Amino acid sequence: MRAHRRAGLVVSEVNTRQGAGRNLIDAIVRHRVAATIGFLIIFPWFVPYHTLAINILIWGLFALGFNLLYGYAGLLSFGHAALLGVGSYGCGIVIVHFGWPWYVAIICGILFASAVAAVIGFLAIRTRGIYFSMVTLALAECVYYLFYKWESVTGGENGLRGINVSTINLFGFEINFLDPVNKYYVMLGVVAIALWLFSRILASPFGAVLETIRENDARAAACGYNVANTKLMAFVLSGAFCGVAGALRALHLSTVPVEVMQISTSGDVVMMALLGGFGTFFGPFIGAAVFQLFGDALTLWTTHWQLYLGATFVVFVLFFPRGIWGSILHWLRVAKP
Amino acid sequence: MSDILVAEGVGKKFGGFVALKAVSVRFAQNKLAAIIGPNGAGKSTFFNVISGAFPASSGRVSFEGHDITGLPPHEYARRGIAKSFQITNVFPQLSAHENVRVAAQMQKTRYNLWTPRAAIRELIEEADHLLERVGISAKRHAVARDMAHGEQRCLEIAMALACKPRLLLLDEPTAGMSPEETIKMMDLIVTLAAERTVILVEHKMKLVMGICEQLVVLHHGELLAQGTPDDIRANEEVRRVYLGQGKY
Ligand SMILES: Nc1ncnc2c1ncn2[C@@H]1O[C@H](COP(=O)(O)OP(=O)(O)OP(=O)(O)O)[C@@H](O)[C@H]1O
Ligand SMILES: [Mg+2]
Repeated sequence: MRAHRRAGLVVSEVNTRQGAGRNLIDAIVRHRVAATIGFLIIFPWFVPYHTLAINILIWGLFALGFNLLYGYAGLLSFGHAALLGVGSYGCGIVIVHFGWPWYVAIICGILFASAVAAVIGFLAIRTRGIYFSMVTLALAECVYYLFYKWESVTGGENGLRGINVSTINLFGFEINFLDPVNKYYVMLGVVAIALWLFSRILASPFGAVLETIRENDARAAACGYNVANTKLMAFVLSGAFCGVAGALRALHLSTVPVEVMQISTSGDVVMMALLGGFGTFFGPFIGAAVFQLFGDALTLWTTHWQLYLGATFVVFVLFFPRGIWGSILHWLRVAKP
Repeated sequence: MSDILVAEGVGKKFGGFVALKAVSVRFAQNKLAAIIGPNGAGKSTFFNVISGAFPASSGRVSFEGHDITGLPPHEYARRGIAKSFQITNVFPQLSAHENVRVAAQMQKTRYNLWTPRAAIRELIEEADHLLERVGISAKRHAVARDMAHGEQRCLEIAMALACKPRLLLLDEPTAGMSPEETIKMMDLIVTLAAERTVILVEHKMKLVMGICEQLVVLHHGELLAQGTPDDIRANEEVRRVYLGQGKY
């Protein structure tokens, strides 16, 4: 955490300094939920194809959930693949095996992911720093193995197939869910609710306690806060948001590939959150967009696209540790008017 | 007058190194007491044990008649013991106001995920009041990390006060301060001690001689002497320890 602080990775969105030319940024930061939703409404019309926009929406939400833990509470998890995966499976299983409606399935995905987050969190919060990251990584691998082996329910290595939601009924309207534009905007509705709740949590007294733990957990304890309980709760909440992302992913793909639980997913979400900016509200979506668009464009002309992505990541860690959105906020705030 | 804090045979080992050897001290309620001693005497170690930062290796500590030995650190604050550390310990990237507000918040709410912080006016006002009390209200919006050292020390005291403590523990509150700042800080401590028990750690003996009612002298991890400033001044052993240091 000390390194975290030294590198100035975290941008406080609360203390905006006064000055000309920053009004737009100030307005965006103040109305962060509306601004983010507004961006996401027009976003699909600026990307090559709509399915890519859906991917970005889902990964952005996933990175948002991850960011709650690292960006706001300072806990670096390398096990978030399990939370996304369990969210997907939770949603998929109740549709495939019980035929439950899609919105109930999303709630099941959230509950599954929160429960798994509670178990992983309970075991991991006893450790600090790199050990915390290692424990989350190891436990996520255990979850992956479990779902891989539990073939009768999860489909094992073939993944869970048959999550077929072709039409959904929304307030009396039949919506063709196979149409990517419809799918995107229905999912955006879910993401919008998630964003609003997320913002409430950040602005709440509990959000303040999270920040104190990121800043200085010995001081937080001396103030009377139970650091372990707060960390656990942050982990569960993070799991809930990742669960939403997982559930949406299952609905989007109509299947849950077991590979989603592999370690690379955990790495990707760290990269996206870093690209966008740790501890910023809007950063995760920027990070997810850049990551996906970059990957998509690069695959067209090279098979080594991950090499370039890795190099970009290194450049960011070394020169722009605040990430894209974090750097923009920082420059506009400290630049002389 | 009853005793608010009682330490019985408190010892602390770091690995094989004995930093504190069976120290027994009683602190009277609503008095200003000081723990003094040369560098490395074990003052901070003793301070950290009685303030719950880390557990003692042996012995017992009780507060207001209840055994508090080995309780987790956050329990100390909830029971009414607050402190400022020897090395300034604040939330560096939060504003001065938010540092104090969040410290005050513990009394009211900890797991509220819903109400916006900005809507809890009383905490905001309380933080304003405490910043004023320690004399740094001009720095309300400053990020803690950017504040001057002396201001950060004051901020930390405001944070400790936000816990509404009945026992306030201060480890070298004037460390690194200019002479003017030191005088102001000592004045503040005296006014704070009028309302609650205050125990401070200090290695500059002459700074506390005039204001404290009880002095505890540590040396090489052992209790060397304790009593009123006059007792201590007259104590031969204390003279010997401080001799040649020009500290009093
Ligand atoms: N965490 C630790 N691990 C090992 N040794 C320690 C630790 N903390 C303190 N010590 C040692 O214990 C002894 C007492 O240290 P302590 O910090 O209590 O002294 P002090 O009286 O507060 O001194 P100062 O006036 O310099 O603050 C010192 O010799 C110190 O080196
Ligand atoms: Mg000390």
